[in-house]
Amino acid sequence: MDIFVQQLVNGLTLGAVYAIVALGYTMVYGIIQLINFAHGEVVMIGAMVAFTVINALAAAGMPPLLVVLVGTACAIPVCMLCAYTMERFAYRPLRGAPRLAPLISAIGVSIILQHLAMLIWSRNVMAFPQIIPLTTYSFFGASITGVQIAILLLCFAIMTGLALLVYRTRLGTAMRATAQNPQVARLMGVDVNRVIAATFVIGAALAAVAGVMVGTYYGVAQYTMGSVLGLKAFAAAVLGGIGNIPGAMVGGLLLGVVEALGAGYIGDLTDLCRYGLGPEASCADGGHFVLFGSNYQDVFAFLVLILVLVFRPSGLLGERVGDRA
Amino acid sequence: MSEFLRADDVGKSFGGVHALAGVSFSIAKGEIYGLIGPNGAGKTTLFNVLTGIYMPDRGSFRLEGRDITGLKSDRIAAAGIARTFQNIRLFASLSALENVMIGRHVRTRAGVIGAVLRDRRTMAEEQGIERRALALLDYVGIRARANDSAGSLPYGDQRRLEIARALATDPLLLALDEPAAGMNASETVALRGLLGRIRHDGITLLLIEHDMRLVMNVCDRVLVLDYGEKIAEGPPAEVQRDARVVEAYLGTPSAA
Amino acid sequence: MTKNGRWLWLGFALIAVTLLLLPFALQQVGTAWVRIANLALLYVLLALGLNIVVGFAGLLDLGYIAFYAVGAYVYALLASPQFGLHLPFWAILPIGAAVAALFGVMLGAPTLKLRGDYLAIVTLGFGEIVRIFLNNLSQPVNITRGPQGITGIDPVRIGGVDFSRSDNLLGVVVSGPMKYYYLLLLVMLLIIVVNVRLQNSRIGRAWEAIREDETAARAMGIDTTSIKLLAFALGASFGGVAGGMFAAIQGFISPESFVLVESVMVVSMVVLGGMGNIPGVILGAVLLSFVPEILRWTVEPAQQALFGRMIVEPEVIRMLIFGLALVLVMLFRPAGLLPSAVRKRELTHERIP
Repeated sequence: MDIFVQQLVNGLTLGAVYAIVALGYTMVYGIIQLINFAHGEVVMIGAMVAFTVINALAAAGMPPLLVVLVGTACAIPVCMLCAYTMERFAYRPLRGAPRLAPLISAIGVSIILQHLAMLIWSRNVMAFPQIIPLTTYSFFGASITGVQIAILLLCFAIMTGLALLVYRTRLGTAMRATAQNPQVARLMGVDVNRVIAATFVIGAALAAVAGVMVGTYYGVAQYTMGSVLGLKAFAAAVLGGIGNIPGAMVGGLLLGVVEALGAGYIGDLTDLCRYGLGPEASCADGGHFVLFGSNYQDVFAFLVLILVLVFRPSGLLGERVGDRA
Repeated sequence: MSEFLRADDVGKSFGGVHALAGVSFSIAKGEIYGLIGPNGAGKTTLFNVLTGIYMPDRGSFRLEGRDITGLKSDRIAAAGIARTFQNIRLFASLSALENVMIGRHVRTRAGVIGAVLRDRRTMAEEQGIERRALALLDYVGIRARANDSAGSLPYGDQRRLEIARALATDPLLLALDEPAAGMNASETVALRGLLGRIRHDGITLLLIEHDMRLVMNVCDRVLVLDYGEKIAEGPPAEVQRDARVVEAYLGTPSAA
Repeated sequence: MTKNGRWLWLGFALIAVTLLLLPFALQQVGTAWVRIANLALLYVLLALGLNIVVGFAGLLDLGYIAFYAVGAYVYALLASPQFGLHLPFWAILPIGAAVAALFGVMLGAPTLKLRGDYLAIVTLGFGEIVRIFLNNLSQPVNITRGPQGITGIDPVRIGGVDFSRSDNLLGVVVSGPMKYYYLLLLVMLLIIVVNVRLQNSRIGRAWEAIREDETAARAMGIDTTSIKLLAFALGASFGGVAGGMFAAIQGFISPESFVLVESVMVVSMVVLGGMGNIPGVILGAVLLSFVPEILRWTVEPAQQALFGRMIVEPEVIRMLIFGLALVLVMLFRPAGLLPSAVRKRELTHERIP
């Protein structure tokens, strides 16, 4: 119980970031039924661009919040451009093709983006400069940092903003209409191409912000950070119900918590010594014989993904998939 | 008359829509049995429930006394019911011959070992499959098109190919979903001849059809569905005069 | 024999002779090139195995490398100092194939009813899970030695001939890699024969039917679940065989060799070459194996000469080419370089202009 609240706090923070990234996946899937493999790389690019700017400005002595904002402001347009380009040239021409084609194209795009990043920023890890003072607050026996609070608040704001966009604006209505039935939407005067492009671009803006958040939270950014994060966020989107926007938010938070709690407790749960089953040599003097330690953390997301798709493919908030052939 | 296929109180709903509301009927061996009714009456749904594409919510089907309710499509085919589809579901990129050869799958046995070793029994089976498939293409009249891709065949030939493929499964009951749809008069006459030959060769036929002339000429008995319910059953001439059937198709006289 | 037939035989004979003499030619340039050829052959084996799953049955598997890993680790565990076991080569390969097939069934059984893109992601997750386990099964009991991997794997020994050493045959030097080359060539030929026979069989037709229209295939009596599972298991077993050979040839393995990128690479080979088309898939594997190596040998010195230093690592160029190839192939030639006639009809007649 001692680590429960701490893991919960950490899990919610990470989960909030997953949610923001998951929104990008779910919006694109909802509108053109494509798993945008390259979305994780867009997050990475956001982080890398922002870090470059932040590192350049760090020495100038500006207030840290401003530095991060400027970094983010630079990252957003770059990511939006990436997303627009990939949609326009790698996905749009394949809209009528069988499902496998745009998926394979997306894989190709993600490889290209990842290695372009390697080209530009090298394999080295970029560090976040020490400009943010570490402030910790006590919270029900756990500690929560200023950065974590900022992330949680920001994510909440973003989710609210996106909900407003999707449910209260004309663009949002057009997006929902296109997601339901593109042909009819077109007949009603919706410029479907524009709407789809907008979906990608909005998702990319979210990805940029998420990238900055992840980078700030962990303090590092590297060209490989996109792939695993992307997969986990996709698992979150599926958990909530792919194509379902509130679902992505719920899924993200839930996955973050599951992952954090899982990683926190699995070491203890699979410690054979606790059950008296471990070998003498290891268990003597309060020793441990852990089968699966916290190093298996990444497995949780994949397991969740597989379990959801096998047992409840529509996710938590998605519609029931009927027994059609 | 022993019951060959018997349906008891079959029901199926989709959400709030009762596609089938307790349908019962029985078909005798060697009959040509028609299934008619206005659009949306539940005819194709009945087919789909019979052939394992949907699970019925209630009721049962028995084939020669054996309960086949809720079996998956492949088990239904193995049990002896083969079907065609309303909007033609051929393997479009494969040739006509390959389509029919695939129909033989359920009655043949060669597995991976046989495929790899190409032993005598497997090769004999393969030759048998190809021979039978060619014979079936001949039977339905499209032998000349054996090596053309199924998707490139003219519409009427595609329907006949689908029938050939279904026949390849050696069915006891052949269920045809609107086999005459889109056919012109001469094609329909040819189809009539084909249906007659199929019945003559001992296969029972269940047809969904809208072409009333074909139904009148070919079916021994028909079942009329409307809004998922049976409203008449019997020889076509009788059913044609049934007031409820007339109303279902044409509406009541007072409707303008 | 017809005129066309004569040219075909000539072509085959030419290819056969080239393949047989290739290692000697490459050896002159350097043993490294023979090793590259061996790696290419391993990729051909992988591509042929994946071809059954993706090309014949139409199931996109993005975690195929997991079966390669399973085969490799089974070999490593049964023929190295790790457990002190040293079973002979011909005994371990079938075991590796069987274990890999088992993993294929484990993956396939719960997931085969999933739709195409979902299946792709699940298989990807599976591949990653396998890799994570291999990376971490060094505690509490040291089975796989984690990130360090297993070293000292026995080389192939057949009839007293040690494949890792050079021998003198009639005055000609036959190096270790060259011996492995011929062994791989033999295995590749066997697998090609098996694939061709599978394709033109009752099972092969069933796979095609499922790929075209699963509902109709079911209605015609095909037990689609079992047949798809068969594709997974067979494809996996070929991956396992390739993995075993990899372990023997390289002498050591680590989880690094079995990352997601490798799965993607094998998928690229199948897609580029032409899904379902055996010669196409072989071509795809050879191209995507050799071209990057050739690039590496030309790009490095070229950059040194032009710029005085390396601007772009060959590894990066190689991956950029992979990514670009995937996108371009999907845009302009989705059926692949040597499309199977069937695939071509499938993939082009559905395009909306």
